[in-house]
Amino acid sequence: MNYVVQRLLTFPLILLGVSVLVFVSIRLVPGDAITAMLGTEAGLLTPDQRAALAAYFGIDQPIWSQYLRWLTGLFQGDLGISSVYGKPVLAIILERFPLTLQLALMSMVISLSVGIPLGVFAATRNEKPSDLIVRMLAMLGQSTPSFVIGVLIIYVLSVFFGMVPAMGTFTPLFVDPLASIGQLIFPAITLGFAFAASVTRISRSAMLDVLSDDYIRTARSKGASQRSVVWRHALPNALIPVVTLAGVEFGYLLGGAVIVEQIFALPGLGRLVLDAITQRDYALVQGTVLFIAFNFLLVNLLVDLAYVALDPRIRIGSR
Amino acid sequence: MTPLLSVRDLRVGFGQNPAANEVVKGVSFDLAPGETLAIVGESGSGKSVTALSVNRLVDFGGGRITSGSILLQRSDGSTLDVAKADEKVLRTIRGRDVGMIFQEPMTSLNPVHTVGAQIEEAFRLNRGLHGAEAERAALEVLERVRIPDAKSRLAYYPHQLSGGMRQRVMIAMALASSPRLLIADEPTTALDVTVQAQIMALLAELRAETGMSMIFITHDIGLVAGIADRIMVMQHGLAVEQNTTDAVLDNPQHDYTKHLLNAVPHFTSGKAVRADNERTTTSEPIIRVDDLVVRFPVKKGLFKPKGAIHAVDGVSFDLMPGETLAIVGESGSGKSTTARAILGLNEKHRGAIAAKAGRSRRPIQMVFQDPFASLNPRLNVEALMAEPAIANGQKLDDALRDRMRFLLDRVGLPADVLNRYPHQFSGGQRQRLCIARVLMLNPDVVVLDEAVSALDVSVQARVLDLLVDLQREFSLAYLFISHDMAVVERIAHRIAVMYAGQIVEIGEARSVLSDPQHSYTKRLISAVPAVERRRQHFAVDATQVPSLVRPAGYEPPPANWREAGHDHRVRIEEIK
Repeated sequence: MNYVVQRLLTFPLILLGVSVLVFVSIRLVPGDAITAMLGTEAGLLTPDQRAALAAYFGIDQPIWSQYLRWLTGLFQGDLGISSVYGKPVLAIILERFPLTLQLALMSMVISLSVGIPLGVFAATRNEKPSDLIVRMLAMLGQSTPSFVIGVLIIYVLSVFFGMVPAMGTFTPLFVDPLASIGQLIFPAITLGFAFAASVTRISRSAMLDVLSDDYIRTARSKGASQRSVVWRHALPNALIPVVTLAGVEFGYLLGGAVIVEQIFALPGLGRLVLDAITQRDYALVQGTVLFIAFNFLLVNLLVDLAYVALDPRIRIGSR
Repeated sequence: MTPLLSVRDLRVGFGQNPAANEVVKGVSFDLAPGETLAIVGESGSGKSVTALSVNRLVDFGGGRITSGSILLQRSDGSTLDVAKADEKVLRTIRGRDVGMIFQEPMTSLNPVHTVGAQIEEAFRLNRGLHGAEAERAALEVLERVRIPDAKSRLAYYPHQLSGGMRQRVMIAMALASSPRLLIADEPTTALDVTVQAQIMALLAELRAETGMSMIFITHDIGLVAGIADRIMVMQHGLAVEQNTTDAVLDNPQHDYTKHLLNAVPHFTSGKAVRADNERTTTSEPIIRVDDLVVRFPVKKGLFKPKGAIHAVDGVSFDLMPGETLAIVGESGSGKSTTARAILGLNEKHRGAIAAKAGRSRRPIQMVFQDPFASLNPRLNVEALMAEPAIANGQKLDDALRDRMRFLLDRVGLPADVLNRYPHQFSGGQRQRLCIARVLMLNPDVVVLDEAVSALDVSVQARVLDLLVDLQREFSLAYLFISHDMAVVERIAHRIAVMYAGQIVEIGEARSVLSDPQHSYTKRLISAVPAVERRRQHFAVDATQVPSLVRPAGYEPPPANWREAGHDHRVRIEEIK
């Protein structure tokens, strides 16, 4: 239990550190917000107007006081007002987040359900032709960029099947589940493709390690079948590195997938951040980056708790 | 009577071309029902591969049976040639006809399943029992292997059990299907000597109860003397001698068997102790340890009070120049912690360690257990041997190289090895290298922490002889840490027996070994397997080592000692 408590206690501390980093780093970028917002028209502003705008957005204050004001807001669920959209940052994020979450979940399901069995299969056929084929596919999958896969999928769909994936607006899951999943299935495959390859490789090597352990020999000496040896005795022991990898990947995916969102014209978190940065929308960048970091930490916390579930040596100390 | 198992001209090879890389080169033997065969040999003799061929687990380690037959009488009366059977059939003999237990109980149980689940699986696979039935059967078999409080242990995970308990669980699993043949592959090698005695007694009782046959693989001929009906001695993949136990032990025919019986240290209750170096109490000790205490704090969760592991609790002894003090004890007794404290390798909690200024600035050097892990594989012999000297401010010059050649010669290695790397040496040669290395600084005291435990038995004997020679030549004092009474008997002038962090008996080696006074020393000595005591019967003794975790602030009561003869002191035991 010590382990769990320790993880829970460090969580808010890390989050606080992240908030400082986010806040400071965006202010290290040269150029000011008002110029970025108004573009060439900023040159037409009088110094007084400029000062008034700066006061309106709060950027005339010293940096530590800006940070404190922002932090106080955070505790009240207030991430500030976007200077571009003129709406609360949190509202904008929550509008975009369902798509990103659903896309991340779908691509995780796809890549794990393909990658783990494939990796296990390859490990049990170590150095045989089928293993070599799986390894080559995995190498290919890992080294093909997602824009190639994405464009390829769109090309095949439109040219050979005359289908055009729904683009632009997103149908939420609870409005029309089928349409929603249908809309995201191809982006999810695109995202899941490369990750399935990583999962395959890591589960293959973890399984190979475990299959040479003594307790596997014990299981065989009891007369356990190959299937039981692989799935019951070996896999649970090989899952920890896979869960670690999946956690990191899921954390990244929750930050949005810029390239895939761009290709399939999806309004997800990735494009939101990208736009916010180019438009120098301080409040929005801060808010989304912090939100993404929060998700990342949360996923990592869940991964740590998953270890507890997977490995009794962590769950129960030795006596 | 038809044999249960009949092996003819078995050949097993490894790698791409098994016929060219044979590890077992034509072994034949028969095993009658209820009989116990011991296969004895050193590492690389092919004894384990032979045994693993009987249930064809050797296939999963990359081995191939290239020729020969293994005829097994199955429980239904039919005969199966295991060497030619396919995997599907083999699965039905594993567990059901042939059970197996392994050397490493620490790693042979699956860490993510409970002990109960793993035993129940054996019942499910071989007897078709499910649910509550399997659970009841698992409980029964755990009780049969004498695990105390068996019901609650079913829910334990392997890491919560000690080595001896895990090996009992392994045995329980193998017994689940009442196999007609049990293969035991060095089942006690990784265990402490008193635990080893418990497991051996248990196996003997179970064999009597069930009437099963056993193949017992070991490097220790003394260990199987009491349990085996027949002994097969293996060397370089060949069975060099096989006969009844008495014939092999009393009238060995082959040179290698004679060598194993004579050259290898066997425990003789103090008859083989050294006669040199009469202890003089007039000179000043080179090391004086006074009331050494080493504790490791333990946290018991967030709110519970902290305690401490009392690894070493009030240890005192003197080490005279040129003498060997052996510290014997089992794992967790604090013997290695004591050694490390003397070298300043761990924080000492309390007490004094006084070392007399000796011949060099670093009068105490240490040799470790594992000669494979204690030499950096990327450094050649010259660099390895120069290291202590360079660390001490010397330069790598001709004088230093001369000293290296001189010492290599003394430890029995040719002088031209300076450019070679550790992987080019055998285990025994590496340990010689480690010994030469510690002598580079001309120490007064060498601490040898289980320095011969990882070596094959015949190599062990030669390294021990070397250590005795070097001790005389360089007038070294040894602090010899070991769990092996037979080895200790060969090298020690004095012996300190450690138990649960304390010395319980200390004194002249002959006196301690031939006339042990403390109950633990007696237990330890009676647990040592010996060829000459093979007809003695041992009862199963389930005594466990007490926990060393004490609440914060706990101080042990002061020790009371009594004299048990000249230079022989015993701690007075509390009457329970």
